[in-house]
Amino acid sequence: MKNIRNFCIIAHIDHGKSTLADRLLQVTNTVDVRDLQAQTLDDMDLERERGITIKSHAIQMDYTYKGEKYTLNLIDTPGHVDFSYEVSRAIASCEGALLVVDASQGIEAQTISNLYLALEHDLHIIPVLNKMDLPGANPEEVKDQIVELLGCDIADILPASGKTGFGVDVLLEQIVERIPAPKGDPDAPLQALIFDSVYNNYRGIVAYFRVFNGSIKSGEKVKFFNTGKEYYAEEIGILKMKQQPRKRVETGDVGYIISGIKTAKEVQVGDTITSMERPATEGIQGFELVKPMVFAGIYPVDTEDYEELRDSMDKLQLNDASLVFEPESSAALGFGFRCGFLGMLHMEIIQERLEREFNMTVITTVPNVSYYCTTTKGIKMTVNNPSDLPDPSTIDFIEEPYINAQVITKADYIGAVIELCMSKRGIIKNQVYLTSNRVEITFEMPLGEIVFDFYDRLKTISRGYASFDYHQIGYRESRLVRMDIRLNSEPVDALSSLIHTDKAYELGKKMCEKLRELLPRQQFDIAIQASIGAKIIARETIKALRKDVTAKCYGGDISRKRKLLEKQKKGKKRMRQVGNVEIPQNAFLAVLKLD
Amino acid sequence: MAGLYLHIPFCKQACHYCDFHFSTLLQQREAVLAALVQELELQQGYLAGEQLSSVYFGGGTPSLLTEKELDALFTAIHKNFSVHPQAEITLEANPDDLDLYTLNVLHESPVNRLSIGIQSFREEDLKLMNRAHAVEQARDCLRLAKEVGFEKLTADLIYAMPNMSDADWVQNLDALLQYDLPHFSAYALTVEAKTALHKFVKDGKVQPASDADQKRQFDLLIDMAVSRGYEHYEISNFAKPGQRAVHNSSYWKSEPYLGIGPSAHSFNGHSRQWNVSNNTKYVQALSRGELPATVEQLSIFDQLNEQLLTGLRTSEGVNLARLEQRFGPELVAQLRAGLLDLKDDWYQLRHDQLVLTRSGKHFADLIASDLFILADDEH
Repeated sequence: MKNIRNFCIIAHIDHGKSTLADRLLQVTNTVDVRDLQAQTLDDMDLERERGITIKSHAIQMDYTYKGEKYTLNLIDTPGHVDFSYEVSRAIASCEGALLVVDASQGIEAQTISNLYLALEHDLHIIPVLNKMDLPGANPEEVKDQIVELLGCDIADILPASGKTGFGVDVLLEQIVERIPAPKGDPDAPLQALIFDSVYNNYRGIVAYFRVFNGSIKSGEKVKFFNTGKEYYAEEIGILKMKQQPRKRVETGDVGYIISGIKTAKEVQVGDTITSMERPATEGIQGFELVKPMVFAGIYPVDTEDYEELRDSMDKLQLNDASLVFEPESSAALGFGFRCGFLGMLHMEIIQERLEREFNMTVITTVPNVSYYCTTTKGIKMTVNNPSDLPDPSTIDFIEEPYINAQVITKADYIGAVIELCMSKRGIIKNQVYLTSNRVEITFEMPLGEIVFDFYDRLKTISRGYASFDYHQIGYRESRLVRMDIRLNSEPVDALSSLIHTDKAYELGKKMCEKLRELLPRQQFDIAIQASIGAKIIARETIKALRKDVTAKCYGGDISRKRKLLEKQKKGKKRMRQVGNVEIPQNAFLAVLKLD
Repeated sequence: MAGLYLHIPFCKQACHYCDFHFSTLLQQREAVLAALVQELELQQGYLAGEQLSSVYFGGGTPSLLTEKELDALFTAIHKNFSVHPQAEITLEANPDDLDLYTLNVLHESPVNRLSIGIQSFREEDLKLMNRAHAVEQARDCLRLAKEVGFEKLTADLIYAMPNMSDADWVQNLDALLQYDLPHFSAYALTVEAKTALHKFVKDGKVQPASDADQKRQFDLLIDMAVSRGYEHYEISNFAKPGQRAVHNSSYWKSEPYLGIGPSAHSFNGHSRQWNVSNNTKYVQALSRGELPATVEQLSIFDQLNEQLLTGLRTSEGVNLARLEQRFGPELVAQLRAGLLDLKDDWYQLRHDQLVLTRSGKHFADLIASDLFILADDEH
């Protein structure tokens, strides 16, 4: 145990975590140079494209230092606020963390919140200044930021470059020197923390764990503490580039277990594995059921694909337990599912995975958060879909979830950031200068507002420099109303949204204008109306299309024209007819991009 | 039978609406024409020895060519290709070039058909479009062309121009119909990207006609032309019986053609290729003996879709039985199923001949697109 080091990497997206991790694997000969795909740890295509590690993984490296052999377990963490609970469990499985900061960009909000998580778990932090090779590197200022944040000595900060490999040797030595070996009682009953799981088509769920006490043996009967379910440990082992089966995984080490589990739901991140032979009396602290924060309807574009969509969602859920869904029906869209997501990115990922991995073309409806509605008779209900809101005359009050949000930005953009947050009903709570040029601003605001085009606008107004993090702080009463959209008098329930009364007129107008832009002209006029109850608050008209034929079609026009018409056809296949109006898939999310 | 197209990429001045490839810098003229001759040589095998039923000089402005230059091109054409004795040989010409002398030169040459860019008989339209000629020249050249003995003549008109009322259009069209040409083309003004007109529209300096204006003027056009004995044989083309354009028809019938010159397109049934739209690059490549072309292989779907998009523009439409022979029953069954989703009054299907009606013609692009069969269609 004294020669094990468990650590994770805390970094902001794009700060080079994955590249640096690749270097560690390469220098320790865990992976062959020629097998080294860029960003080895991210194995979903989507992850590599987005440059974000969506699902965390772990890998073990062998390293010899001063003649002694060490086992280094690198536990990779997702880098997006949607997945903060998974991050917390990964952090709980480590004794140390590399705080990787881009020498040209400095510390970001996400890094800080994960750093606080790491400090809460008493992790030893090794600050690493990455991308030292870049011409824009500004190491002195960023070092000051780190010193101020960690209270560490400036000499503790290690310079490195994942790209060139500079500093990686020293980094490995310091991991052994500075990060404490795990503590734990090898003779105590088994307690292993599940920090992640993946789905394998042939083997079912593979759960990743860190052993805190005792050891886990191949073939023994185990119990998952929180689900109460029992399994045989069909295969256990450690994680190199491939899984390597072992007879036993000892205290302090990191490994995997395959036990014939078919659905991700049974393997909850944060759960504790114990042995049936000698069960532990309690689970490892910090377990939480992951709760979805954002809800939206997902419908097949072609109504006939409903069953296929269900199958696809079932399969997706096998390896993404944080996705929840239940059937719902919409007057406009027919049968589909109301889905709960961890956040907006998670929602986008699910939609993209449905399209890429399952070849499903789906419509995602306007997302919303989870509201509480209390009726005049005193009944409190949860509302995850604006359509489920009872008749306004029977509503006493509505509550919506609030968040505490941190934005870190260059001082130049404070004004714009504050203005944005205020326009999203935010209340400024605090403003701290991290350095002379970087400010952390803390707000309280409704979670529902960040669903509406918040990230994109924050990026735009800060030229990409502002970073954002949040956590939920409970429910507050709000004056909310449901705004409906009608197309040629036909209400389209999938476009309904719950909005603040004071913003209803403005939003209704913008929504109608946006739809006028997005709906293709058809053979008849289309009236677009926004209404609250029976009252129309905004209206736009799309004039009928009178003609669709180009004048010239000669040798040089044919190829270009064919491609144009092919594109038109493809676009049409992604439209949904509601009443007599064809609505393109992207119009359902129009409400998110109103500015 | 096959067609040969030669692109003459020079103009005296740029028309505001034109997005064809041309240059107003004439110093490369000699080099480009030499390269055209080289390309004719290089591409002599493209049409697999088929005889040419048509030769078409387009542009640009082919009427800028001198007698000597034209001669050189014809020499090269005859050296590398067999030209049918009755082949249609068309040259696009601008009214300002067609004085009596030039007309006589052209008439003495193998050119037997002129396509004249009249565009409008209204001075303000010509000015707005930055045409090089005046109305008087338009009238003169039509009269003179007939006088020197050109029997095959065609002219272009543009409708749905900014500020053009229906009455203006009728007057314009009437002015052309006076000449009783065997053929003419009339195009709704299209605002193409990267043209001066596009910028004027974007800047709000010019208000383009609405699609309702276009539709009305298109209807007026068809009614007037048909009443004067023209067949409306393609969306924008009108001919007296027996006077259809041979060369342009080859595009709509998916017959093979070879395009020579910068930006020119070629088609041989299963692939399409186009030359670089840049005179300098074109000349440089040919001086190295290379063809500066991009080739696109056409899948069976591409071929079928192209036949739909071009065929449905014509008065013959497309023949489903013939498509079946070429593309197999499965794809054509899909096509027939697609017809059921179209408005009934958009098309007629008689003895497997699919033809668009008048109201269908207003939506020819939409209909073609709806009927397209895409490679990833799962049926």
